[in-house]
Amino acid sequence: MNIIVCVKQVPGTGEVRINKETNTIVRESADAIINPFDEYAIEEGVRIKEKTGGKVTALSMGIPKVADLIRETIAVGVDEAVLLTDRAFAGADTLATSYALAMGIRKLGEFDLVICGKQAIDGDTAQVGPSLAEKLGIPHTAYVRKIEEIRDGYIRCQRLTDDGYEVIEMPLPALITVVKEINEPRLPSIKGKLKAKKAEVRVLSAGDIGADPTLCGLKGSATQVVKTFTPVHEVKAEMIEGTAKEQAKALADKLLSMQFVKRI
Amino acid sequence: MISIILDKCIGCGICIRNCPFNAIKVENRKAVILDNCTSCGACVSSCKPGAIDFQKDEAEDPEDFSNYSGVWVFAEQKDNSVLQVVLELLGGGRKLADTLSVPLSAVLLGSKIEDQANTLFAYGADRVYLVEDESLENYNDESYADIFTQLVNKYKPEIVLVGATAYGRSLAPRVASRLNTGLTADCTELGIDPETKNLLQTRPAFGGNLMATIICPDRRPQMATVRPKVMKPMEPDYSRKGEIIRPDVLIPDNLLIKVIERVHTVYEKVSLTEADIIVSGGRGLGDAKNFELVRELAEVLGGAVGASRATVDAGWIDYSHQIGQTGRTVGPRVYFACGISGAVQHLAGMSSSDIIIAINKDADAPIFKIATFGIVGDVLEVLPELIKEFRARL
Amino acid sequence: MNYFLTEEQEMIKELAARIADEKIAPIAAEYDREGKFPHEIIGYLAQADLCGVYIEEKYGGLGGGVFEMALVVEELSRACGGIALAFAGTGLGTYPIILFGNEEQKQKYLPDIASGKKLAAFALTEADAGSDAAGIRTTAVLDGDHYVLNGTKQWITNGGEADVYTVIACTDKEKGARGFSAFIVEKDTPGFTFGKKEDKMGIRASSTRELIFNDCRIPKENLLGKEGMGFIVAMKTLDRTRPGVAAQALGIATGAFNAALRYSRERHQFGQPISSFQAIQHMLADMAIQIEAARALVYQTCRYIDSGAKNFSKESAMAKVMASDTAMKVTIDAIQIMGGYGYMKEYPVEKMMRDAKITQIYEGTNQIQRNVIALELIKELSSKK
Repeated sequence: MNIIVCVKQVPGTGEVRINKETNTIVRESADAIINPFDEYAIEEGVRIKEKTGGKVTALSMGIPKVADLIRETIAVGVDEAVLLTDRAFAGADTLATSYALAMGIRKLGEFDLVICGKQAIDGDTAQVGPSLAEKLGIPHTAYVRKIEEIRDGYIRCQRLTDDGYEVIEMPLPALITVVKEINEPRLPSIKGKLKAKKAEVRVLSAGDIGADPTLCGLKGSATQVVKTFTPVHEVKAEMIEGTAKEQAKALADKLLSMQFVKRI
Repeated sequence: MISIILDKCIGCGICIRNCPFNAIKVENRKAVILDNCTSCGACVSSCKPGAIDFQKDEAEDPEDFSNYSGVWVFAEQKDNSVLQVVLELLGGGRKLADTLSVPLSAVLLGSKIEDQANTLFAYGADRVYLVEDESLENYNDESYADIFTQLVNKYKPEIVLVGATAYGRSLAPRVASRLNTGLTADCTELGIDPETKNLLQTRPAFGGNLMATIICPDRRPQMATVRPKVMKPMEPDYSRKGEIIRPDVLIPDNLLIKVIERVHTVYEKVSLTEADIIVSGGRGLGDAKNFELVRELAEVLGGAVGASRATVDAGWIDYSHQIGQTGRTVGPRVYFACGISGAVQHLAGMSSSDIIIAINKDADAPIFKIATFGIVGDVLEVLPELIKEFRARL
Repeated sequence: MNYFLTEEQEMIKELAARIADEKIAPIAAEYDREGKFPHEIIGYLAQADLCGVYIEEKYGGLGGGVFEMALVVEELSRACGGIALAFAGTGLGTYPIILFGNEEQKQKYLPDIASGKKLAAFALTEADAGSDAAGIRTTAVLDGDHYVLNGTKQWITNGGEADVYTVIACTDKEKGARGFSAFIVEKDTPGFTFGKKEDKMGIRASSTRELIFNDCRIPKENLLGKEGMGFIVAMKTLDRTRPGVAAQALGIATGAFNAALRYSRERHQFGQPISSFQAIQHMLADMAIQIEAARALVYQTCRYIDSGAKNFSKESAMAKVMASDTAMKVTIDAIQIMGGYGYMKEYPVEKMMRDAKITQIYEGTNQIQRNVIALELIKELSSKK
């Protein structure tokens, strides 16, 4: 199996806070991490490889320094890390991102399965996976919580729905996006880390993958951000004092009078 | 492109703190835009002297979109009944359609589902595009995306709204990608730019710490997904009439993607994403067995049960109940946070709730900062009293 | 302080820290309360290649030494000194094989320990042989191709959980300490059973049990070194593992200090964070000074040992005393800073105080360590004359 895992660099969680006085973003450090959902994608890719043999490639698009981050994936069993980096890619929305990733994947050659995390924690859009599958023209299933079987050019997996899950079968090559439930990512090993340290990240530019610059980055994006602002949390909690009994009564009074809680 | 107007820049560095991508530095008392700038524009408004210039790359020849018209809502159905979120989208879509003076349409795919059209009309739709086929009874990514794309190409709506359900979030990006158009996920607010008539799509970013307004100026249709509970449905008027259109489309056969089995694992009376009331438990419960108190209060109130990540990780409750960045995002009318301290990741999943009630022992817990009502106390004491109180009065 | 760790040592420290923060910290209170043994943590250590940091590469380890072991123990102990002991106790049980094992013995046991498949334990203490190790009553008698072991070992760390035990037993009563020998005994050997699990004040996630030998026959190839070398095996092993205890104490102290420091910034009294009060500031400063001094001594001792030094009983004892006394003092002060909250089980520091106490007691009480140090000082002086 030739497996490609798409990986995104995101700001470390909990790091973006708002300064209440100046209403600006406070960044405690420039820490960047691999999108946590992509860690599940990497682990699943490596597990499949360990069963069926083959190769796992981690593919990312981003600024040159992302190379250091995706190199780390080699410590948990990825065979090769590839970074698409070019000024032309900057400012891409999900559409332009999927185009670039699709061109990158085509450049890498034959593949059987593409795995993405269900979404990135900075944008939370969950769009790149499905969009990428369309650009590659392959079947795809989102929110996969378990791979039941891969055989004879087919993959059978369980996809999370709003009230349970569906068992889905589709032919390979295909794309899946995975949820947290699918596995517990392994820790990197020291030997893996030493290997990662020596590994070369393959860096490809827009030209290298034959991408049309007008379809990449800001130019290739359908959407534009016109305004950003910090949400105003003007709410000042009304504290309810007293004993537990008094507090419960006061809260019930409020909710019932506001008709937020109704008789069922 | 973002550039610095050097005469105006005073080197104060405020823009650095506003840049979500660390793409600005100050050198020789002047700001410098670095290569990793994504031209997001977050810095522009922060610059007091107005030294940041934001030139949007204008398309050379703005395309003519006059043949794209109308607002569409994808009428997702389950067991032959349209979802609540569809009615909400019709409420929001109605306003957009009225502003633009265009019709509001619903797209209904299913099998023997014509009767649902009346509900869609009652909630504001002027037209229903109805595609019926046995193979469409249940959602299938491939066939639904295929048919939806055909419909868009044929009727050319200017706006398409899709509910951000598990299926909707899978369908919308497929369709947008095939149409090579823009899609904005999880919008919390939709409006129309009075000048350009573009759809203004506002959504949270960075776990809700930043709001961004997004447009799709050069492509059509403009597509957006909206989470359940964000928009308000209209008061239904069952005397409203509308037009049912049965388009001539190709129903795909020989699908590559086969749904072998559908399994229900969430047996809640009320699903989390659709619930009006959610009672959530956190580490403050101290023990798995104390989750019973949360369940009991939810039952008394007719609500659903949520949980913080810590309790799911500790194995007190199933992952399907987890609320927050790595779980579900909810926006009920009332959210009870019981023994939840309120880590940013949790807040990201529930901060859009109308009323938030925080019960926590620690008066400094961050949850109180976004709460409507706060109770400082032991959840194990407060919850039984609340259950008693509501049980007696409901 | 920058201790100029090598890149590999940095990696080891980082990974151990990650396991401590992500895997151990969330479960430490529960494992302490219920006295659960942390098998799954060993799994994570194995995944990360940390089980064999101190074992030679040709046996599947990372080829590090006492320092690498100490770095792991310190990081793990920040989150839980008890859970860290599953790893440290294995080190104690393994060092006799590393130091005195023949090639066959090493081949047989080290790879499984390095991979985390097997845990080890070291059995010296008996009811009447504590500080005075010469009081050992367990006997080993050669009978054909086997040694027959009889007797009871007490308070054995990893007892019942380990697969490989190095046991010190008496082969010749006449010779006193020179009549002891060291043996490898595998779990499930007939005649080898475990007594009750001790209910301890601290390090409760660690298993402490009796080992009972009742006509337990082990192949004579399981003798480590030669007959009569048992006491030397024990002393040389303990010289090397004492820095491990010191690292454990250091970790516990660091964990308590971090908790107290954080708390002092968050806790407000009289309208300001308590960290703004000089009384608290001085306590925090003293804690930090002691921890850093202890760390410097422990790290330097480890490096001295790993450099191939011959005799380091004194340095090893100094590091252990300094770090464990520091841990005791720092954990008590941490509770003091946190006041009533510090005393509650809801917060981790009271547990750290309970865990800290044992580090002053085991692997040679701090009183015995001072004896060792003094004896070495006197020896050094007389050798100069």
